[in-house]
Amino acid sequence: MNKLKKLTTYRLFLPILCLVLVLLVNLITTPDFFAISVRDGMLYGYIIDVINRASELVILAVGMTLMVAASGGTDISVGAVMAVVAGVVCNVLAGGEQSVTQYNNPYILGILAGIAVAVICGCFNGFLVAKLKIQPMIATLILFTAGRGIAQLVTNGQITYVRVDHYKVLGSSIKGLPLPVPFFMAIIVVIVTTLILKKTAIGMYIESVGINAKASRLVGLKSSKIIFLTYVFGGLMAGIAGLVASSRIYSADANNIGLNMELDAILAVALGGNSLGGGKFSLMGSVIGAYTIQALTTTLYAMHVSSDQVPVYKAIVVVIIVSLQSPQLKKWFKKHSLGKKAVNGNEVA
Amino acid sequence: MSGSKAVKVKKKIDGNAFLLLITIVLFFVMYIAGVVIFNEQGFGKVQNFLNLFISNAGLIVIAAGMTVVMITGGIDISVGSVVALTCMLLAWMMELKGIGAVPATLLVLVMGVVFGLVQGFLVAYLNIQPFIVTLAGMFFARGMTAIVSTEMISISNETFLSWAKFKIYFPFGGYLNRKGVMIYPYIYPSVVIALIILVLVFVMLKFTKFGRSIYAVGGNEQSALMMGLNVRRTKLKAYVLSSTLCGLGGFLFCLNTCAGFVEQAKGLEMDAIASSVIGGTLLTGGVGNVFGSLFGVLIKGTIEAFITFQGTLSSWWTRITIAALLCFFIVLQSIFAAVKEKNKH
Amino acid sequence: MEPGVVLTMRNIYKTFPGVKALQDVDFTLRRGEIHALMGENGAGKSTLIKVLTGVEEFETGEIKIEGKEGTIINKSPQEAQMNGISTVYQEVNLCPNLSVAENLYIGREPRKGGFIDWKTMRRQASELLDSLDIHVDVTSAVENYSIAIQQMLAIARAVDMSAKVLILDEPTSSLDDGEVEKLFTLMRKLRDQGVGIIFVTHFLEQVYAVCDRITVLRNGTLVGEYKVEELPRVQLVAKMMGKDFDDLAALKKEGESAKVGEEVIIEAKALGHKGTIRPFDLKIHKGEVIGLTGLLGSGRSELVRAIYGADKPDEGELLVKGKKLQVNSPIDAMMNGMAYLPENRKEEGIISDLSVRENIIIALQAKKGMFKLLSKKEQEEFTDKYIKMLQIKTADRETPIKQLSGGNQQKVILGRWLLTNPDFLILDEPTRGIDIGTKTEIQKLVLELAEQGMSVVFISSEVEEMLRTCSRMAVLRDGSKVGELEEKELSQSSIMKAIAGGED
Repeated sequence: MNKLKKLTTYRLFLPILCLVLVLLVNLITTPDFFAISVRDGMLYGYIIDVINRASELVILAVGMTLMVAASGGTDISVGAVMAVVAGVVCNVLAGGEQSVTQYNNPYILGILAGIAVAVICGCFNGFLVAKLKIQPMIATLILFTAGRGIAQLVTNGQITYVRVDHYKVLGSSIKGLPLPVPFFMAIIVVIVTTLILKKTAIGMYIESVGINAKASRLVGLKSSKIIFLTYVFGGLMAGIAGLVASSRIYSADANNIGLNMELDAILAVALGGNSLGGGKFSLMGSVIGAYTIQALTTTLYAMHVSSDQVPVYKAIVVVIIVSLQSPQLKKWFKKHSLGKKAVNGNEVA
Repeated sequence: MSGSKAVKVKKKIDGNAFLLLITIVLFFVMYIAGVVIFNEQGFGKVQNFLNLFISNAGLIVIAAGMTVVMITGGIDISVGSVVALTCMLLAWMMELKGIGAVPATLLVLVMGVVFGLVQGFLVAYLNIQPFIVTLAGMFFARGMTAIVSTEMISISNETFLSWAKFKIYFPFGGYLNRKGVMIYPYIYPSVVIALIILVLVFVMLKFTKFGRSIYAVGGNEQSALMMGLNVRRTKLKAYVLSSTLCGLGGFLFCLNTCAGFVEQAKGLEMDAIASSVIGGTLLTGGVGNVFGSLFGVLIKGTIEAFITFQGTLSSWWTRITIAALLCFFIVLQSIFAAVKEKNKH
Repeated sequence: MEPGVVLTMRNIYKTFPGVKALQDVDFTLRRGEIHALMGENGAGKSTLIKVLTGVEEFETGEIKIEGKEGTIINKSPQEAQMNGISTVYQEVNLCPNLSVAENLYIGREPRKGGFIDWKTMRRQASELLDSLDIHVDVTSAVENYSIAIQQMLAIARAVDMSAKVLILDEPTSSLDDGEVEKLFTLMRKLRDQGVGIIFVTHFLEQVYAVCDRITVLRNGTLVGEYKVEELPRVQLVAKMMGKDFDDLAALKKEGESAKVGEEVIIEAKALGHKGTIRPFDLKIHKGEVIGLTGLLGSGRSELVRAIYGADKPDEGELLVKGKKLQVNSPIDAMMNGMAYLPENRKEEGIISDLSVRENIIIALQAKKGMFKLLSKKEQEEFTDKYIKMLQIKTADRETPIKQLSGGNQQKVILGRWLLTNPDFLILDEPTRGIDIGTKTEIQKLVLELAEQGMSVVFISSEVEEMLRTCSRMAVLRDGSKVGELEEKELSQSSIMKAIAGGED
């Protein structure tokens, strides 16, 4: 029982520790990081900024967690899918024009088209991974590269603007809500996903398939169906994230929407204490991981690191985290501490 | 006995060699189609064919390195970013630091080695998934490029430009232009270097212990270990080789562009991976051949040439076509693997 | 070292957390002998091999090998190989994508001017294989050959690297009789050349067919070393089990069989799966325990896998309670009241990181479907019920199953299937690798279940166990069902005869 407690605390220990670390750095370098002001019933400040900006990442991380858990591989196409979705939505709403100030098609049509495209992308990835058994990262590499090209084609190589206030809602703040809308989008996604995992057996199915696909099949689970579903869900999440991202800038910028987000999403999952090899997962860990990453990004910006340069630091963090997860390193550490113990034991003997 | 031997030979051709055969045939069909369709624009000229090599010299070298890594069963998606970093460092050293072309070139090669050592260590000794390691490497190198300079740096170093402009003419195959001057086809030294590297890597893979260890590791890591091969060191060396060839390929790439900028060679990893896969390298490792990868590169070059000659299509089509082609070959591979598995039972 | 001895291991100790794997074990191997290393699962034979070959470190003791001064400690299989100790494992030892010649010489290729000399390599490979009577095309990729040939190639490689000690770790498990015989010929040939061979196997017949000496281990301690001709089979088994046969016989069920119903639960008509099991007919009645017997690889597991849909049958038909059933995947079989405890517990049975609770309820959950989650309370009740009923030793129901011992893991999986309340239970080697106490519990349970009307297919490598539990047996050989034995015909000798085949 004690051991078990240790384990459960350990699961969220790493992500929380990282978050605290990042915040500590800020406490020293940028004390006003924690200052929160109120204007017109809205909250402002670095922290609020982190909470706001992290929203897309949280949504992606939710999808990524399930894909990683079921298939032991990551989906690196999520950023590109966001761009495709943004392109489709804006283009539908703009009715093919480059910049509009009112919808040329109903809002709901645009959203549905975007979500449909996201799900199709998810199905494509899912088909390659689940049915053709191609390594997830290679399968998703196809959309990773082709995705932005497709987005360019959809928008005719231009940035399509939808300058309608209604369109901006998903990505900004509205009166009466103290926090920006994206935050609530993220929270809704997390709550709905958690409910699905709690109220159905899909969470256990995903873990089971991720741990032992052969045994899972023999107890009546269809692993390819489950893996496929997680990729469709991952695509859907990328779609929602794409909507929010596009709404923020009320346009579809094929080159920049969701750029480098795949690394952030993978990082969030790893930071959340989840093994990138699949199996057991913690959704909350990934969510905390996502906020940690955004805190890190915001911190770097606050330290005047340019957005092109930020990936350097994130890459270093990724390497450190996956290295710490590496059984090889754990073994090495163990050997060293055990070695000491053995020596002591001999002395006693 | 001879009967069963014949069956076995046939089996071999059915599998991996067949994939390679498809690639070679595909290349010639595409090229001939290009000659037929765009004959008036001069697709059929010898120079046009040589241009495939000229514009892709860097990629040939990088794809060779990628092939080696993929034979071990790994992958290296950092190559595009490493090329960008190489070009940027070259430009930065020569333009802003006043370092000569030769030492600058040597320094970027050293950078490639170091980069490969780190990635190789993480993959081979800490057993981290190659994809994750090189994904981090990809972001790291791209970010480092931006740290060196966010502005584009054009190279004006004379030695470097003289390398870039040096043409090697063929003494034959020329044609008279409108002014009646004989124009001979030419290549740049980068092509020669690329082809030499290709042959060297081929010989290394076929005739050295290291080369065979690469195949053994990709075929079955556990067995390779049991046979007394140093699996870890083999993998480490493969990644070092890949990154070093990336440094060299970046140098050749830079000879074409003569500039360094952050967005350079974006998506090149896809071209390199696609070239290897199209050229018959199995994603699961153990099988592959650098000459196959050469044909992969040539196919990619032909697609680009198509889009250039066609004139109205956006350059994004290259990327999409490559992705589609990669997808096609991946699916083909997985079908072959399934058939093989079925035959076993 | 005494003359004629190539390897001695003295006073070897090795502990794993909570387990004394080896205690004061001695082992001696002489030149030119085939020495069987015998023991039940958990006896310590694989640990001893691992310690010898450097896969695991040992705590105290000494290892000496002929031709080396003092003691040696191997830190890795490579180092062991350099000391003249080579191992050929049951699984792959070769690189399937490389040619035969290359597999023989990789890492020590003949060179010419620094480069690999392919011509010489091929010639040497042909000569080596000819000398051992192995006839294959050395330029062909290894994946084109059967496991048996691959085993022999691995042995050829080991021997050519001047192995003084050759360890064969269950090399015959996936070979057929003819292949085993060829392997034995090779082993005898090597023995006559002076190689010391350690042979690890669980096939008694094979020990008596090829070995000169036997060393028996039990619970990590040495029982003794014997000459084959001085140790009759029955005694060998007794020494391995540490019991007399009387103990075992006590469980033998009473004369009359359980009342077998007339109702046919499962009927297979010419059911078959290409490459694994040829079409077979089989009827299983309500409340019957039917045994499937045959050598490993004879198609026992493959037969049940075809019924259960683990390998989807590609011909024939299956009737469940008289109704035709198309089984596309295991879930279809489960929905029709089947349950299957697979042979390979680790790879196909347990879901290692999940808890005991999840491992128990998962099959029932899969039957109910994704959206009808069993309530927490139900899950816990079910789990507790089976922990109690099967006496599963676990810290609590949330302990990951991987932390349980093999026997308890097996009970969890048994519990998983009993929870689905099947009409038809398939048990494929349910007692393999399990301590003797649990074994008898499981056997008793099977009889009880049959009493209650469940039909059970029971597969085991141990004939005695089958005799105790089964009321009828189907016999398999080389991928076909070759016959059935009714209860009155069942005896050790009749079964052996049936398995072995041939004329009466």
